[in-house]
Amino acid sequence: MAEFLIETIGLPAWLAWTCVAGLSAVLILNVIAGGALIFIWAERKIAARIQDRLGPTRTGGRFGWLQSLADGIKLLAKEDLMPEGADALLFRLAPYVSFCASFCAFIALPFAFDTVGQRLNVGVFFVVAILGLEVFGVILAGYASASKWSLFGAMREAAQVVSYEVPLGMCVVVPVMLAGSMDLVTIGEKQAGWAMNWFIFHDPFTFIIFWVYCTCALASVNRAPFDLAEAESELVAGFHTEYSGLRWSFFFMAEYGSMFLVSALAAILFLGGWNGPVPVSKLLGLSDGVAVTDPFALRIVGCMNLFLKATAGVLLMMWIRWTLPRLRIDQVMTTCLKYCTPIAAAMFLGVMLWQLFLPGGLVAGSFRAAAGVREGWLEQSYRKQSAEEESLSVKTLSRHVFEVSR
Amino acid sequence: MNQASFGIPVSLFASVTIDWHGFFFLLFAAIACISALMVVLSDNVVRMALHLVLSLGATAGLFFLAGAEFLGAMQLMIYVGGTLVLLVFGVMLTAQTQLVSLRTPAGDRVIASILAAALLAVLVQAAFSIESWQKPGQGMVSAPTATPLGMALVGVRVDQHAEEGLLEPKGGYLLPFEIVSVHLLVVLIGAAYLARAKRRRVPRPVDLVASVDSVEPTFSGNSDTTVSGGSE
Repeated sequence: MAEFLIETIGLPAWLAWTCVAGLSAVLILNVIAGGALIFIWAERKIAARIQDRLGPTRTGGRFGWLQSLADGIKLLAKEDLMPEGADALLFRLAPYVSFCASFCAFIALPFAFDTVGQRLNVGVFFVVAILGLEVFGVILAGYASASKWSLFGAMREAAQVVSYEVPLGMCVVVPVMLAGSMDLVTIGEKQAGWAMNWFIFHDPFTFIIFWVYCTCALASVNRAPFDLAEAESELVAGFHTEYSGLRWSFFFMAEYGSMFLVSALAAILFLGGWNGPVPVSKLLGLSDGVAVTDPFALRIVGCMNLFLKATAGVLLMMWIRWTLPRLRIDQVMTTCLKYCTPIAAAMFLGVMLWQLFLPGGLVAGSFRAAAGVREGWLEQSYRKQSAEEESLSVKTLSRHVFEVSR
Repeated sequence: MNQASFGIPVSLFASVTIDWHGFFFLLFAAIACISALMVVLSDNVVRMALHLVLSLGATAGLFFLAGAEFLGAMQLMIYVGGTLVLLVFGVMLTAQTQLVSLRTPAGDRVIASILAAALLAVLVQAAFSIESWQKPGQGMVSAPTATPLGMALVGVRVDQHAEEGLLEPKGGYLLPFEIVSVHLLVVLIGAAYLARAKRRRVPRPVDLVASVDSVEPTFSGNSDTTVSGGSE
C-alpha cells in the first residue's frame, strides 16, 4: 500500500509510510474498541439468557443494541477517583500498560493472507511473548491501589499467568512444528483447502491439544472459571477494585481485546485461520489455490472468516463463564501442573512421532507434510555434494531428518 | 514523482523528510538509557522493576528495528517476562513497610559510580574502535529468517552449506543446545525438589475410614512456588 501511495499519488516515502502506519494502527484500534463494544453487549445478552433473564432490551430501540455505548457514556461521566495512599504515577499508568500490551500483540496478528500490521518471521512467538506482558498492568494496578483486595488479586493473577505460560507455549509449538514456520501467515496458508487440512484434524493428538490450548488460553486471559484475580465474591473486584470511570474501562477493553486475540490465535493455529471449511474460491475458479494471486475481495472474505471463527471462540468463552463455577487457587494450579502440562507434553510427543512415521497422514495426499518441506531444505543444502561422499551423506541426512523432525 | 497527484500539493511535503528509522532508533535508545538510569536512581523497588521493564522493552524495540525479530521476541519473552517475577517479589517485599524505601548509602554510590564510569569508558572505547561501525549503516538489513537459526540449533548450518556445499555438519550448535537443555532440566528438577511442600503425610483413605480423626484437606497448596522457581 505504501508503494501505491508513493508511485500513484506521488507522496514522499516517509509520508507514505507514516500514512500506512497510522492507518494500520487505527484499524487495529478499531478492532479492539469496536469488538469490545459488541462483545460487552453480547456478554450481557448471553449472561441474561443463560440465567433466564432478558438482559438489556430498551436502549437503542430493540435488543438493547446501544447498551455498550450508553455504558461508555456513563463511564466517561464518572468521577476519576484515586485512593489516598496510592502510588499516583503507577496507578495512572497501569490501565495503559494493560491496554498497550493487548494492542501490541495485534500488530503481528494476520487477519487474512498478508493482511497484517507487521508480518513477523516469529509471529507466534511474538504474540505469546506479548500476551504474557499484559499481567504487568494488573500487578501494577494491584500494587499501586494501596488496597489489600487489589494486591491479593494481582498476586493471584501473577502466579496464574506465570504457570499457564508453560502449557500454553507447548500447545503453540505443535502447529509451529506442523507448519515448519513460526510465521502466522505461513501457518494459516498451510491449512488452505478443505476443513480436513486444518491442524485440529491433522491427527488425534492435535485434536486433543486444541482443547488444552483452549483451557490455557482461557486461564491466561483471566476469564471465568479462572478469574481469581477479580473474584467478586472474595476480593470485591480484585485488582480493579479502586478504579473507576475511563481508567476502569481500559482494563475491560484490554480484557476483551485479549479474549479476541487468543481466539483469533486459536483460529489461525488450529482452525484454518482465514480459510473457510470449503475452498469456495478455488472451486469457483477465482483463484488457483495460491493465495498470492488473491484479489482484494478474497482478503475481505478471509477477514470475515477469521472474525467469524474468533467471535465463535469469544462466545464459547462467555458460555463457559456463565456455566462453570470459579475454581479455587489450588485447583487452578492443579489444572495447570497436573493436567494441562503433562497432557500437552504427551500430545507434543505424539504429534512428533506422528510426523516421523505418518507424515502423509492417514488420508494420503490430503496434506503436504511439513517434514517434506524440511527435507526439501536439506536436499537443497546437500545438492552440491560430490559423489564419493554419497554414502556418508545418506547417513548424516537420515540422522538430521530424524533430529529435525524431533 | 508527480504523475496523477490528485490535486495534493506534493511539493509541500517534498521539502521535509523524516528519517523514521533514525527517529525510532533515537527514541528507543533514549528510553533504554533514561530508564536504566532511573533503575539506579529511584528508591522504590516496584518502580525500579518498572523502569527495568521499560529499559529492556526498549532494547527489544532496538532489536526489532535492526531486523533481528527472533532476538527481539526472545528479549521480550525472557528478559521482560523474567522481570515480571522480579516485580512480583518486589511487591511482596514492599508489603512490609520497612522495605518500601531502599536508600543506598553514599559510600556505595561513589564506588558504584566509579565502577560504572570505568565500564562505560571501556565499552565506548571498544564500540568506537570498530571500523565498520563508524559510518552509518545502509538502513534495514534484509532479515534472515528464524529457520536457519533453528536448523543450526539441531546441527545443520543451512546458511553455510547452501553457499559452500560443505558436507560436514560443522559449526552446528547441537551439542551446546543439548547441554543447555539438560542443564535447564536439572535446574527445573532441583527447583521443584527444593520448593516442594514439606508437610505431614496425609493419611490414606483406608486409614481415614479406620480412624475418627479430623481430616486435613489434601491441597497441593505449594505448587505455585514450584512454578515461579522453575520457570526462571
